Amino acid sequence: MKVLLSKPGLDGHDVGVKVLAHGLKDAGYEVVYTGLRKTITEIIDQAIACKADIIGMSILSGTHLVIAQKMKEEMSARKLNMPWFVGGNIPSKDVNELKKIGASEAFATGTKVSEVVNYFSSMKATVKTNAA
Amino acid sequence: MSSKETKTATGKTAKDLNVKPVHIESGFEVNPVYTADDIAESSIKNEMPGEYPFTRGIHPTMYRNKPFTIRQYAGFASPEETNERFHFLIKNGQSGLNVAFDLPTQCGLDSDDPRAFGEVGRVGMSIDTLEDFEIAFRNIDLDKITVSLTINGTAIILIAMYVAMAEKLGYDIANLRGTAQNDILKEFIGRGTWIFPVDKSVKLVVDTIEYCAKHVPKYSPVSVCGYHIRESGANPVQEMAYAFCIAKAYSDGALERGITIDDFASRLSFNFDIYGNLFEQIAKFRGGRRLWAKIIREEYGAKKDSSCWLRMIAGGGGGGLTKEQPENNIVRSAYYALISALSGTQTMALCSYDEAYTIPTEHSAEISLRTMQIMIHEMGICDTVDPLGGSYYVEALTDRFEKEIREEMKTVEKWNGIVEAVATGKIQESVSKQAYEREMGVQRGEIPKVGVNIFTRDEEAKDVEFHPYNQKAVDAQIEKLKRIKSTRDNIQVQTCLETIKKDAQENKNLMPSIIAAVKVYCTVGEIVQVMKEVYGEYKEPIFF
Repeated sequence: MKVLLSKPGLDGHDVGVKVLAHGLKDAGYEVVYTGLRKTITEIIDQAIACKADIIGMSILSGTHLVIAQKMKEEMSARKLNMPWFVGGNIPSKDVNELKKIGASEAFATGTKVSEVVNYFSSMKATVKTNAA
Repeated sequence: MSSKETKTATGKTAKDLNVKPVHIESGFEVNPVYTADDIAESSIKNEMPGEYPFTRGIHPTMYRNKPFTIRQYAGFASPEETNERFHFLIKNGQSGLNVAFDLPTQCGLDSDDPRAFGEVGRVGMSIDTLEDFEIAFRNIDLDKITVSLTINGTAIILIAMYVAMAEKLGYDIANLRGTAQNDILKEFIGRGTWIFPVDKSVKLVVDTIEYCAKHVPKYSPVSVCGYHIRESGANPVQEMAYAFCIAKAYSDGALERGITIDDFASRLSFNFDIYGNLFEQIAKFRGGRRLWAKIIREEYGAKKDSSCWLRMIAGGGGGGLTKEQPENNIVRSAYYALISALSGTQTMALCSYDEAYTIPTEHSAEISLRTMQIMIHEMGICDTVDPLGGSYYVEALTDRFEKEIREEMKTVEKWNGIVEAVATGKIQESVSKQAYEREMGVQRGEIPKVGVNIFTRDEEAKDVEFHPYNQKAVDAQIEKLKRIKSTRDNIQVQTCLETIKKDAQENKNLMPSIIAAVKVYCTVGEIVQVMKEVYGEYKEPIFF
């Protein structure tokens, strides 16, 4: 399974996203990282180009709801149903909010790498089923 | 890094005493006990504070007459609100201001730019034009309060605004004091608010050093940040080593402009991180201070003592604070403050206890301020200079740090120097790997963290809070920008922007043309745009 990890918006704090990239790689996932300050259009384009199965967005500046909304709109405008998730400085009340918008999961600061890896193991099963 | 045992004459190594060996984060072992023999060869016995190479502090009396400056990071949302917060902090005894800017300002975008959507005023104050600056600093006496601008990618524009504002208010810029962060090389390593390619970015930093050396000699145009490099995963030795390599890169650029090391070195300052082992941090600062003095005198031939001073802001680092049991961060911060004072800092700023999950509230910012004030006024911290001087352990560790930092700097040389190491992503790759290893160490419980992996308690997790995003303030900011654009002299604006472009093409120092441009209310975004047209933009190497 291939994961595209991305940094949308202007936030440049990338320690967390890189830690997760290492963690997923060590757990056997193929990981592509976009680098900083990407627009939603650029992120989706790259996900399609590299044939990613899922998109992760790391956001620490508090703009997660605005960005998630944009992601949802662009996904539906382009008639895509690739799953996407969010990680970063996310208040617990926004976790459900993000899921309501369309995120498959939202991981707040403090989430263990192993938790995200476990989540991916369950995702892997879903992605395989969808493909079959 | 080597981890060989340093056996003492009295033989008190871990093996001798039959205890487990202990390695500090920088990678080398520390003995269970140190004796006079461990510092028999040390130069420290002949050193006094205020004397070269300044291991014991850059001034002979340090805090006896005047404690370190307290400068908490502040500033959010609109310039109007920021101004109110500044007045609150000054009223409460703060002697310096440390200004935060929002991400659009840091990345060179105006508030009405589509890419700034959702980010205006969110993590700091938004600045579009000089008018915002004038509002933020309304009724603040620039002679009495020192101002630190936490800005990097657009630092040359913000410094130009500070100078322009001071000139307009009638201050003599020859006496103007203050600091800008303006360390773009660390932004490529750690914080990511770069705009232009690496070499052009360094050129702009050098422009500010040259301009200030000639016209604003008391202003500190650069504060080299080991802080963010450490937060990105560097260990304490690397933090100092990379910061020194960066400071040398800027200095080399300035020397190429024909100014001498004594024209600017005394205005260079540093911003360092504090978390982790108490003695390791103190030795880091004392050993680093000695090494920096030697570099500036021996390699650069500085004559003035003040050129050799490692002047620093050092306070509690976010990397040490936890979201779990956040009140514990008040205790951690007090230790960090103690480390900073025992290390002879010039300026101190502490992260607030809630900073792991929110922008500090007025209450938490006040606790940080009081932490430092209690230390100054109740603990006797200012009475004696370098109170740890002569401690066998601290001095032995200080000597070791001087040596280890020097060694690490040689590694950077092997990577063809810091500019190349940053442009190719060599440093980013190495520190991000370390950050991962450290995080996994904490998550596996190998690196103890109270409240996180030991002495945990079942508690409702403290929730992340953001200052509510103030759409009204954003709308007002955009309205203000519109009004300025329609009322300013747009012919002058065009002329000024063309001059910047021409100066950039001719590789001239951009400070004069940018100062002229901000005075006629050119926006940050407009100025950055013409610079991009000449310099291009940075292409990030992707590493993790």
